[in-house]
Amino acid sequence: MDATAEQKYNLDVVRWFAVMAVVYLVVGALVGVYIASELAWPVLNFDSPYLSFGRLRPLHTNAVIFAFGGCTLMATAFYSVQRTCGVRLWSDKMAWFTFWGWNLVIVLAVITLPLGITQSKEYAELEWPIDILIAVVWLSYLFNFVMTLATRKSSHIYVSNWFFLSMMIMITYLHVVNSLAIPVSMFKSYSIFAGVQDAMIQWWWGHNAVGFYLTAGFLGIMYYFVPKQANRPVYSYRLSVIHFWALSFGYVWLGAHHLQYTALPDWTGSLGAAISLAMIIPSWGGALNGMMTLSGAWDKLRTDYVLRFMIMSLAFYAMSTFEGPVMSIKTVNALSHYTDWTVGHVHSGALGWVAMVGIGALYHLVTRCFHTEMYSVKLINLHFWAATIGAVVYIVSMWVSGIMQGLMWRAYDDYGTLAYTFAESVEAMHPYYAMRAVGGGIFLFGAAIMLFNVIMTVRQSFAEGRVEQARTASLSSATA
Amino acid sequence: MSENESKGIQSWVETNVWGLVLMTAIVVSIGGIVEIVPLFYMKSTFEHNKYPEIVWDGVGKRPLAEWKTGDGIRPHRPLEVAGRDVYIREGCYLCHSQMIRPFRDEKERYGHYSLASESMFDHPFQWGSKRTGPDLARVGGKYSDVWHRKHLRAPREVVPESVMPNYPWLDENMLDPEAIESNMRGLNTVGVPYAEADFAAVKAETEGKTEMDAVVAYLQVLGTMAKLDDSKAYRE
Repeated sequence: MDATAEQKYNLDVVRWFAVMAVVYLVVGALVGVYIASELAWPVLNFDSPYLSFGRLRPLHTNAVIFAFGGCTLMATAFYSVQRTCGVRLWSDKMAWFTFWGWNLVIVLAVITLPLGITQSKEYAELEWPIDILIAVVWLSYLFNFVMTLATRKSSHIYVSNWFFLSMMIMITYLHVVNSLAIPVSMFKSYSIFAGVQDAMIQWWWGHNAVGFYLTAGFLGIMYYFVPKQANRPVYSYRLSVIHFWALSFGYVWLGAHHLQYTALPDWTGSLGAAISLAMIIPSWGGALNGMMTLSGAWDKLRTDYVLRFMIMSLAFYAMSTFEGPVMSIKTVNALSHYTDWTVGHVHSGALGWVAMVGIGALYHLVTRCFHTEMYSVKLINLHFWAATIGAVVYIVSMWVSGIMQGLMWRAYDDYGTLAYTFAESVEAMHPYYAMRAVGGGIFLFGAAIMLFNVIMTVRQSFAEGRVEQARTASLSSATA
Repeated sequence: MSENESKGIQSWVETNVWGLVLMTAIVVSIGGIVEIVPLFYMKSTFEHNKYPEIVWDGVGKRPLAEWKTGDGIRPHRPLEVAGRDVYIREGCYLCHSQMIRPFRDEKERYGHYSLASESMFDHPFQWGSKRTGPDLARVGGKYSDVWHRKHLRAPREVVPESVMPNYPWLDENMLDPEAIESNMRGLNTVGVPYAEADFAAVKAETEGKTEMDAVVAYLQVLGTMAKLDDSKAYRE
């Protein structure tokens, strides 16, 4: 029990962001498994508009990115900024505004997306009134974070905070520009951009939602929680400086690689691809920096399951930041674009890197903020294996289906005519779509175990009055 | 420990939060500016700057009703606008691209590669990113209206391998001409050139029609507006 931290810092808002993140992980994965099953067994659309794939897919992406990812980022950033600065959050009230505002956004997404209320820009589907709410809540998060940094007790700003800050600034740019639209009614608006310019702006947003929200932000998590959990300093300070500036500068350019061979001018796509290739260097530097933090303490992996999640996440990070640049090479992209390979790549990042490092940090946070041990360490271990196996089954099935699709579409027979109809390629995907749903199901099983484990831990903490004790404990013994 | 000490600008931003905010805000803005801003200024972005004949010469000047097939690229007519809004609402773009790449197999499967000018009135763009189903950029005229209706109601009755959802509710939902007119005025505000006569035509064109009629009208015009010449290199 850390009474000093409980009384000095605002752990309350962190606690509930962490719990909500676990809830949304289950919700997001559940919707994901459902829509994956719809592609394998279309009868699951049940002729209902509210259950059809086209309306539920944005619900899945919004739930995992903004609900799970968002709550994880808010919990971890609010926690680590207080710990690394040695001060309480600048404003408790504003932090609670962020909490309730963000959860309101999520509730509105759950209502509006199945109703078909959408701007049709991927990962930015929510309509204009919700977009305005997102901007306000996001700025409250950014402002509180910066003001906490400004009132810090430490002389230097710790590296995890650079990454969180970079993510917050970039997401503000992206969200505001990409969402610019003229409303025609309460639930409908039209983007002020059209065609090729809209496409470039959308993928500038789309790839940087990945690059900043899901990478820079989660690297902030890595730089605080991996050293904390391993109880060792970050491997190389220099490497983290290079990692930070190269990633912040470079990632921004990558969006154009989503539009290779389209009506986007060739120079833009090629520029995006060239910088994509160069991004292997800072990405691997960062992955190395995280992993080598364990050097001399590798034995901890045998006993520390939370650390296992984090190290596995770095392995996936290294893998998908190699795969991404390869897929941006024009000749590879010609095959992979429009196929399931892209979906697989996204999920190796999302399930393997983002979810795993987030899950590791959340387990860490739940024990620190509820002042108790996890209800069951065995269940954490079971979760680890379910998440790893589920992610691998998912990724492998999408590799096979994606490459097969790409090859079938371009295959010619001996007479020089197309060898397959499009429908034949759809039919060939069926076993892999089923396998993907199974992989996702295994991952979901792990997430459900985590939710159970966290709920039991929270109940245990409340039953024993741990938070209350930490709040009221006299600090004289601790400070003496 | 000298390698773990920050120097110069790095030291400044690490000890000065406003310096860090400023530096980061500048560094993350560069890539986007370089890639996006020129697209609004470079004439080569749109093919019609070099080949003006691909755009209808009556755009914004004459009523859309005067346009005939092959006259060139034009904004969508009221029924097509309504169909496109249904296309967006149902998330069709999540499984169907509208962007044909300049490859031999795509030409044979879908037709002439897509031009930037063809989607210049598309707010927002509908290029898509995934082909769980086939590309639709030039689906217009490939199948009959009857086929499309059957296919939208129950895709597996006409294409047994399909994994597309059924859309039976499109037949039941009637169009609302007032909403369509207000949507077209919204599109006009963001830059789609409509003449007053086009707003006046909304009621006659859409009253009593279903969402099914609208979607089919939209699909049937896709990729058919411009007559493209195989001997011309529209893009480098």
